[in-house]
Amino acid sequence: MKRVGVVVFPGSNCEYDARFAMETLGVAAELVWHTRTDLSSFDGIILPGGFAHGDYLRPGALARFSPVMKAVAEFARDGGAVLGICNGFQVLTEAGLLPGALQKNVGLKFLCQETTLIVTSNASVLTSGAALDQELIIPINHFSGAYVCDDETYARVNDSGQIVLRYRENPNGSRGDIAGLANERGNVVGLMPHPERAMSTLLGSADGRVLLESFVASYVAA
Amino acid sequence: MVPSPPQSLHRALGLSDDEFEEITSVLGREPNHLELALFGVMWSEHCSYKSSRIHLRRLPTTGPHVLVGPGENAGVIDAGDGIAVAIRIESHNHPSAIEPYQGAATGVGGILRDIFTMGARPLAVMDPLFFGELSDARQRWLVEGVVSGISGYGNSVGVPTIGGELTFDDCYRANPLVNVLCVGALPKERLVLGIASGVGNLAVLLGSRTGRDGIGGVSVLASAGFSGEDGAASLDEAKRPSVQVGDPYEEKRLIEACLELLDAGLVVGIQDLGGAGLICGTSETAARGGVGMDVDVSAVPQREPGMVPYEIMTSESQERMVAIITPENLEAVRALCAKWEIRASVVGRVVEPTLQPNGDLVGMLRVRNGFDGEVLAEVPAKALADEAPLYDRPRQYPAWLDDLREDDPGDEPIGSANDDLLEMLVDPAWVYRQYDSQLFLNTVVGPGRDAALLRLAGPGLPNSSRGIAISTDSNPRWCALNPRTGTALTVFEGIANLACVGASAKAVVNCLNFGNPEHPEVMWQLSEAIDGMAEACDQFHLPVIGGNVSLYNESGGADIDPTPVIGLLGVIDHLVTPPPGWNWNDDDTLVLVGARRAAGDRDYPLGGSRWATRRGRRGGEITGVELDAFTATIALVTGEVAAICAGETSDVTAVHDVSGGGLASALAEMTAVAGVGASVKELDSHAELFSEFPGRFVVATSDVDAFAGRARAAGVPLFELGVVTGNRLIIGSMIDLSVAEIAERRRGALEDALAAAL
Repeated sequence: MKRVGVVVFPGSNCEYDARFAMETLGVAAELVWHTRTDLSSFDGIILPGGFAHGDYLRPGALARFSPVMKAVAEFARDGGAVLGICNGFQVLTEAGLLPGALQKNVGLKFLCQETTLIVTSNASVLTSGAALDQELIIPINHFSGAYVCDDETYARVNDSGQIVLRYRENPNGSRGDIAGLANERGNVVGLMPHPERAMSTLLGSADGRVLLESFVASYVAA
Repeated sequence: MVPSPPQSLHRALGLSDDEFEEITSVLGREPNHLELALFGVMWSEHCSYKSSRIHLRRLPTTGPHVLVGPGENAGVIDAGDGIAVAIRIESHNHPSAIEPYQGAATGVGGILRDIFTMGARPLAVMDPLFFGELSDARQRWLVEGVVSGISGYGNSVGVPTIGGELTFDDCYRANPLVNVLCVGALPKERLVLGIASGVGNLAVLLGSRTGRDGIGGVSVLASAGFSGEDGAASLDEAKRPSVQVGDPYEEKRLIEACLELLDAGLVVGIQDLGGAGLICGTSETAARGGVGMDVDVSAVPQREPGMVPYEIMTSESQERMVAIITPENLEAVRALCAKWEIRASVVGRVVEPTLQPNGDLVGMLRVRNGFDGEVLAEVPAKALADEAPLYDRPRQYPAWLDDLREDDPGDEPIGSANDDLLEMLVDPAWVYRQYDSQLFLNTVVGPGRDAALLRLAGPGLPNSSRGIAISTDSNPRWCALNPRTGTALTVFEGIANLACVGASAKAVVNCLNFGNPEHPEVMWQLSEAIDGMAEACDQFHLPVIGGNVSLYNESGGADIDPTPVIGLLGVIDHLVTPPPGWNWNDDDTLVLVGARRAAGDRDYPLGGSRWATRRGRRGGEITGVELDAFTATIALVTGEVAAICAGETSDVTAVHDVSGGGLASALAEMTAVAGVGASVKELDSHAELFSEFPGRFVVATSDVDAFAGRARAAGVPLFELGVVTGNRLIIGSMIDLSVAEIAERRRGALEDALAAAL
């Protein structure tokens, strides 16, 4: 991967962190304003964390209507690697690029804390370089991170290896301990934890690297 | 012109009869309604510091690294590598007492604007909070509301909350304190000040429309006490309309738009609209620039119809800024604001100062209805912004204090030290888990430790391997017994906290939360506290670069204990490895670094300690620190930790400052975090377990001989406490507790207390 676009909605706030993480891995990253409709210059797209358009209605509910989202959908349809982190995951579900939805945490409190994740599938651009059952320490930072879906959807994503990351101890009531989910092709992934916050032992953990390195390598592999 | 007011109107606006006379003399005529209202907010205690300014002058404010001292929106220091750091602390006490969620939320919003007004990107927030005991249901409601307000606003606006303080004491039952500190950073050359200059330039109002929220916030709400015995509880209905409502999404776009405007060089000066709203923003910028300004009230976008000029000029609607720009940049400013979906309206013009009959040139603030329309008010900008009366209010040593000081808790029955220790342990994680503490990838040490430590990095900053450390400290129990010594000790405590993360203190900000300044005892406390702060800062060559004074923290005539909150900003030159923290290892040797005994008559004073306060014993004496020993200890600890942060190998594995709850609490906190116990030898006395005075550190080392050698060479006293071992914390014959019990009691203390009736 040579060039990553980091989509910025008004109210996004993790765009600089995502860009910094990409640059740490030697990949050029550019902030992409939400009104842009041409993503052809990018090899991968990140939808970063934050509160797109304020999230006053429902996380991601307005962002799916931003002009850039049509381009993101086309980019994904063409097999491009798309990663939604936290609010980005919420936007991807609202936009229908991933199944299910993210609900308020059990306990109805915002949670910023370390979690231990287990890699449960490596059939995705985010987990292709990680070992199955590998444990990763990566923080979460959200109010609405409880993944929900109907039984049929759950059976499908579970059987087809789309559940790529699960919490070892479920912090938010997420169905099936789901922390990260891919689409059927594995090129679109959303996760609530923040791998870009776990890139250096100076900040507590470098376990996010294996995920973002996979993402960066995915274009080459594909 | 608006008709002249009846004589009693000024009192309703919070002005005294003498102040009304002064205004008449300044104007050479009686003010009209609108003018009187403008003076009412600008001369309020909250805006003008009229009771405290005379004392604040005694604080040291200069230093070679100080770029901006007190009086601007924020203090700024040169942190090196071309990076300047801005810091500010504010209170939002009374709004939070009435409406905890919005009170706390808008407190965060206001302090962020103070920081990005300087051209700095806000990088971190800290929140010192003070409530009554949680056995009271209203306190539990306040805690829940304040914490969710900070969480709801701070997380959404995209600024991490990296620490704070949590104090419970009955003196805050009717008047909680919600202070908020913010730091930001900027490339040195981007520093901007809130100055209007250039006749013909435009004042552009950015951000939210103006509504009827928060009118009289600074005068009616912040500059008067709560009169009922139950404080804010009985006043909700009357004062609730003076509380503002926050919109973090608007603020987030405002931050980004303003920083882009500054980067693009499109603004001459910029000022946030906080307390006292548009009149404050326009009169302060005009006064600083020595110019006049015409403000058109009809050009201000309004949230509702029928607002009168007085409401438009004094509304404290949130998320608004005033930018001073040249006319040729107007289109570019509009385009940039349109991108961020921010309203931008020309509401004022910079005009020549006016020649007065006495020959002086005076910048006049004129409020007009249309730029060429009727003049509704015309007052000297400086008179509003800078020339509020200065009061030297009567001060008196409190009659009750001698008896209180004589009631030393040293004779209190000892009881069970195990039980006392367990009851003092509180893990604030329930609070800080609700805050995003990590955004911007800078947080090396987050909430819940001695001090927060950040990488000095952020979007648009030059590369640097430096770090900044921030601590907030207070000890109202000390300050109630001796405000001068207590405040000095609070500064020392902050310095010790920074040492734990390897940082050297560079600057101080303070939030002085006191009672009613019309009580001579409160003015005495305030004056003494300022002297104590000045002495401590002088001793360490620390400049005070900003502050806030919150008075009238009283209810039913009872004042809170004097609560000066000291914020310290420190710098560490090279940060590549986290500091050791509290996580000691099996077989480490534990040492107490620093003077083991206090400087005064008593080796281990208990006056003002958490232990004594819990027993209902609030009396006794506190003692100062022996400066030479303290200075040497700080230098040793700072150096040891800084070396580790710079990547050097070290035998030091854990460092924790001994503070609230004394030596026993420090050891128990480290036990809980490490999950490993310790065996500590018999101490001199029960009092040594719980005595609180700054300048002592618990250090764990894997090579005690080497460490002792370095301490000896530095002239620092050292006392070997024991070893890290096993699954119990044992301190001589006095403490014997399992690691699991300590960890569980500490973890659950806050949640259990809050869950009592929810």
